Amino acid sequence: MHSDGKAMEYLGAAAALPARALEPVMAGLQRVLGMGRLPWVFLAPNLAIIALFSLAPVLINVMYSVTGTDNLYPGERTFVGLANFATLLECGNYLDPATCSRDLFWRAVRNALVFVPTQVAVMIGMALATAIALNRDIRARGFFRGIFFFPVMLSPVVVAMTWLWLLQRDGALNGILGLFGFERVSWLTDPSRAFKWSVFVTVWAHMGFYTIILLAGLQSIPADIYEAAKMDRASPWRVFTRITLPLLKPVLLVVFILAVIRSVQTFDEIYVLTGGGPGTATKMIVHYIFDTGFAVMPRNYGLASAASLMLGLVLFVFTAIQMRLARGGGANG
Amino acid sequence: MAEAAATPLGFLALKRGGRRADWTDWVTYGYLGLGVVVMLVPVLWVVLSSFKTEGNLMEFPPTLLPEAAKTVAVKGYERPLPLYVVKSADGRTATLAQVRRVGIEAQMVDPAHPEAGLVTVPVDAATPIRHFHVGTGNYTRLLDSAGGTIWTSIYNTVFITVVATAITLVMNAMAAFALSKYRFRGSGVALLAILATLMVPATVVLVPIYLIVSELGLLNNVWGVILPVISTPTGVFLLRQYMLTIPDELLEAARMDHASEWRIFWRLILPLATPALAVVAIFSIMSRWNDFLLPLVVLNKPEVYTLQLALAGYSDENGIQYGMLLAMTTLTALPLAVGFLFLQRYITTGIASTGIK
Repeated sequence: MHSDGKAMEYLGAAAALPARALEPVMAGLQRVLGMGRLPWVFLAPNLAIIALFSLAPVLINVMYSVTGTDNLYPGERTFVGLANFATLLECGNYLDPATCSRDLFWRAVRNALVFVPTQVAVMIGMALATAIALNRDIRARGFFRGIFFFPVMLSPVVVAMTWLWLLQRDGALNGILGLFGFERVSWLTDPSRAFKWSVFVTVWAHMGFYTIILLAGLQSIPADIYEAAKMDRASPWRVFTRITLPLLKPVLLVVFILAVIRSVQTFDEIYVLTGGGPGTATKMIVHYIFDTGFAVMPRNYGLASAASLMLGLVLFVFTAIQMRLARGGGANG
Repeated sequence: MAEAAATPLGFLALKRGGRRADWTDWVTYGYLGLGVVVMLVPVLWVVLSSFKTEGNLMEFPPTLLPEAAKTVAVKGYERPLPLYVVKSADGRTATLAQVRRVGIEAQMVDPAHPEAGLVTVPVDAATPIRHFHVGTGNYTRLLDSAGGTIWTSIYNTVFITVVATAITLVMNAMAAFALSKYRFRGSGVALLAILATLMVPATVVLVPIYLIVSELGLLNNVWGVILPVISTPTGVFLLRQYMLTIPDELLEAARMDHASEWRIFWRLILPLATPALAVVAIFSIMSRWNDFLLPLVVLNKPEVYTLQLALAGYSDENGIQYGMLLAMTTLTALPLAVGFLFLQRYITTGIASTGIK
């Protein structure tokens, strides 16, 4: 754990100068305010940032969502009630986005309804299989773990660029397929293929993160339970379904919720990989918010905020579940 | 044991400890080996490709390794000439240097005997001789190009990463100190308020954050992407949990020596919390280096672009120069990749124990 202690020491030394300069100020505050109120001084910077960039934005978001016009400045916006929500939700037939007043929003919603379950299922399945493989008594475990994890460190833009380069018409994938006599394929200009690659690339980039958490969960299952099962000559499938899965359930649940929260917000990789296209085939909800609020003129802050609030509501539910689970886990551990 | 291994699902049996390799191990190694190919090869391919010349990049099917035409200096010609293997009508082959190409014919010269004069050969009969060649041209062109805008992006990214991480560490540690070492009215509410920000990701409050950043006059300013993200609830939580394990007796002893609370914080608590601070620092560096959505909205001028924005924007321009794009991708990924090599254990343990990124 202390491999880079030296670096932190130097960092600490650099931080000491302003810290020392602050000392008289803080000592003075301590005398004036007393010990009872001093903690608030320590909390103040954090709370200020939270008030400015989390609390206020939520309130302002609500305000934006019930006002119209393309003015950014709140005072110049006119109150429109729930019109923005009504516009977003207005549909002739909810199964057909083309009949909606904001068809792009509904296409994004429909894409997300397919994308999120698919991506989360594939990702957790792959992560679980990988974690199980890594938990076995194998050689070079650290190497393999590193290989599966390192894409998590890559930025979404790098990930997208990497796959753009592989998937382009004259790219490596078509080159390899060509060796087997296949024709060149445009992987990202066909709606269905682009969607599948969006799922694949986001799984590729993030599954290592969930693998690590699941691996830790597997390693916390006591070995003697498996020993006992072996004594009883339990079949591997039985061991997996009766021991591993039940004992891993809390971790799996946390991983599931985390994956859903992230999946719903997918934007960066796909924005660079396909630009939401071809057409609207891979446009997700955050992409719609970005387009409506920033990319497409005139900017429609009201609609973007209304869509944000709906997204926020979904995330709120899942985050609340996650925090409950995390607290339950903490109490047990 | 043998029965367990003989079923197709033996792979799922989790067993650790010494035993002979059976076929389930080979399935495991097979799966992991496939994983290495799928996870590692795409990135290696980008790095390898970034050392190819622009002409080499345009080829289909692509060559595995960076290659360039082999050239030779011939007396009487200013520039080095590319070498070709030429097959003559009677089936003999010769190595000739091409001087110029005219339609479907090429004029070649024997590099050993340039005084013998030019030979005209059909293009079909000539195959270029190529050799393994690591070209750094993409990197030099990238770093020299367009008035050094890439250097501006590098500087902006480093500045944002370093400054935001430093502030995050100090600010979050201060809050964690207050929430772990003092009993005071409202501490529960304060902790809850900080953790509640988990429910407000940037994707949900993009428009209001844009407004606030704009009202603060920080559009197209690196501080506009630093300030909104420096308070991280998971960081506060992690540090607080760690500081709870620091015994209060240490603080009491320091107070006996008339140390002020601030002095206790930075001389006693901060050094003791180094392991937790390191984890928070690593996650902060990762996030800030890779940030995309907020910079995309706040930073709209090339002078304030981060590397990620420059890289993403590069693909929009007409006439993409793939070589430079690949070099830029490699450069953008490099710092974190190198960091990961050294800090892998730290990072994976950090994620496994906190579930944050």
